[in-house]
Amino acid sequence: MCLAVPMKLVEKENDENGIAELEGVRHVVNISLIDQPEVGDYLIIHAGFAIERLDQEEAEKRLRLFEDMARNLARE
Amino acid sequence: MKYIDGFREPKAAQAAAEEIKVLAQRLEREVRIMEVCGSHTMAIARCGIRTLLPPNVLLLSGPGCPVCVTDGGYIDTACELARRGICLATFGDMMKVPGSECDLSQIRAEGGVIQVCYSPLDALEYARAHPEKEIVFLAIGFETTTAPVIGMLHAAITQGIGNISLLTAFKIIPPAMVVLASDPAVQINAFLCPAHVSAIIGAAAYQVLVDRFALPCVVAGFEPLDIIYGLCGILRQLVHKTAQVENQYNRVVRAGGNKRAQALIAEFLKPVDASWRGIGLLQGSGMGLGEKYAEFDAEIRHGVQIELGRPNLACRCGDVLKGVINPPQCALFGKGCTPQHPVGPCMVSSEGSCAAFYKYSRSVL
Repeated sequence: MCLAVPMKLVEKENDENGIAELEGVRHVVNISLIDQPEVGDYLIIHAGFAIERLDQEEAEKRLRLFEDMARNLARE
Repeated sequence: MKYIDGFREPKAAQAAAEEIKVLAQRLEREVRIMEVCGSHTMAIARCGIRTLLPPNVLLLSGPGCPVCVTDGGYIDTACELARRGICLATFGDMMKVPGSECDLSQIRAEGGVIQVCYSPLDALEYARAHPEKEIVFLAIGFETTTAPVIGMLHAAITQGIGNISLLTAFKIIPPAMVVLASDPAVQINAFLCPAHVSAIIGAAAYQVLVDRFALPCVVAGFEPLDIIYGLCGILRQLVHKTAQVENQYNRVVRAGGNKRAQALIAEFLKPVDASWRGIGLLQGSGMGLGEKYAEFDAEIRHGVQIELGRPNLACRCGDVLKGVINPPQCALFGKGCTPQHPVGPCMVSSEGSCAAFYKYSRSVL
């Protein structure tokens, strides 16, 4: 029920609506719950609404941590 | 999409599972960790996460699906509205939730008009296209879903669309967690806190569980690595005998949550007592429309009142929702109650604990 997926905002129609893309598929999304969303932002989409912005810096940090864990395991 | 696939890397999962084994050995006792979000329940079952855990680390599925915890009496009221010719709009999961006597799919078969929506905005579009009809949106959900539903109502009012109202049964998660933490029958050692509920309410909302019960609370995303690494965080806290709120999903969740969504919810809704199927009436654990927006309250607009439902007494969804038993311990599980013919709500919703066990984990236990 609370599933939500990250999508990239590719177009802003107005303060309410935008177009977000996931794997080449474009979706109309409501962006009214987000403070000043910008084209290029990754938004977390739930039931047609963006409910939060994905912090790309934190996501990259976490991905690097997981890559390191995988690499260390391979070395053992 | 690397922000999805990157969090499903099997080697990293294996590394985290190794860490869990080491930590669990140091604990030298059984630990019971409850997840309170249906999407966690589903991901844990789908990814076989239980098979990665040592025997002394138990995962319990709490009341994590807003469909599952919706009282039968709510369904009865929705059925009553549809029988009167009012058009219902609902998330699809609600169609097979048993009421006291029937469910919404039966009402539709009898000729009731029920629109299944992916987004509450679909209901708004339907209302716009059919000004001659009265639409009631079945407004259920935890905080994650409450925000979009209220976003829709806000849009309806701004756009002057008046033929839609909400039958509300919104729930707030932290009060239910407090009840579960206080229940001696449940015995929880830590909570794996929800991902997208937390995006709205903020990680700090779980501090009450740390302060009152000294339980580690770790917020984790729904991807398998998020969950496994979140469990590492919980076990680390238990090994070091600490209890704090730890945010392992900080790429999405902020300490204070989404302030814009919170402000919108505060403008439209007020806390109310809510009945949770299987748990009972919990003070201040729900949200209903404030007086200013009473005309959009379907109970007031259509003169109905949600009463308490009459559940099937053999069904043990209540104990499943509280984590007292695992689904296969219910006598009905897989026999009288299957996803094709659900008796209890936990078998109905695809995110219900029983449905998740039935689909993925029958061989685990």
